[in-house]
Amino acid sequence: MPAIQSPGTEEVHPDVALVARAKEGDTSAFEQLVRQYERQIFRVAQHITQNREDAEDITQDTFLKAYEKLEQFQGNSKFSTWLVRIAVNESLMRLRKRKTSKTVSMDEDVQTEEGSIPRDFAEWRPNPEQIYDQNELGNILRKTIQGLPPGFRTVFTLRDIENLSTEETAEALGLSVPAVKSRLLRARLQLRERLSRYFGQRKEGQPA
Amino acid sequence: MNCTDFLSQLTDYFDGQISPELLAEVRTHLGECDHCKVVLNTTRQTIEVYRGNEIYEVSDELRERLHSAIMSKCSAARKQA
Repeated sequence: MPAIQSPGTEEVHPDVALVARAKEGDTSAFEQLVRQYERQIFRVAQHITQNREDAEDITQDTFLKAYEKLEQFQGNSKFSTWLVRIAVNESLMRLRKRKTSKTVSMDEDVQTEEGSIPRDFAEWRPNPEQIYDQNELGNILRKTIQGLPPGFRTVFTLRDIENLSTEETAEALGLSVPAVKSRLLRARLQLRERLSRYFGQRKEGQPA
Repeated sequence: MNCTDFLSQLTDYFDGQISPELLAEVRTHLGECDHCKVVLNTTRQTIEVYRGNEIYEVSDELRERLHSAIMSKCSAARKQA
């Protein structure tokens, strides 16, 4: 839908003023930005690294980096997208350092066949929230997302959990919009397939 | 539209960024293909169950600890600069 906009009525994001004040040395403005985004940055880091201590370190490092490099933030993207980009880079770097992880780049592990037809599962009935208590459901959701390759997990986290737009996700990850869309599709389908093992019943006569 | 074409439109369909022509084709396909209907519904549920359940809660205590650590690191950096 084309946006109808007359010049000068474009809304300015409230972060713009805070960032400007922070750049002039106003610590309380920067602190307000930290308060606004510390939870989100922690969640992003925890989703990507799947490790709480790493996520804590990454959250601190992300804001420290942002603070030190604030002059470099030109305002071409949202401040929050810029922060997420720093956090994603820090998180992927952390994964790379971990010897146990073999797949850490945004480009690896995305070689699954494009357009392959998902396996046949029945509908989920009843709703997962009605079958499992909050605790069990949380465990299933954590275990399932942990099984995704980091490249898929990251796209799914930004787009579907943190609600960034496709364009913001592309910006935060340094990927093209079509690349984000294709990874998002595959991430969603893989999660769906894994969750269907818990929540859905295989149709009769389907191979395991 | 076949099942592969349907899948290639799924992301745009969820985002509401699909042209009216393609949307009509998607709807026709869904009317004819139970398999894709299940894929659509269970994928939507997958997204909703993740959106509806915060799986990594940030407690107030953790948040305060993080917040103090961040601000003291920034303050140390400022003094160094």
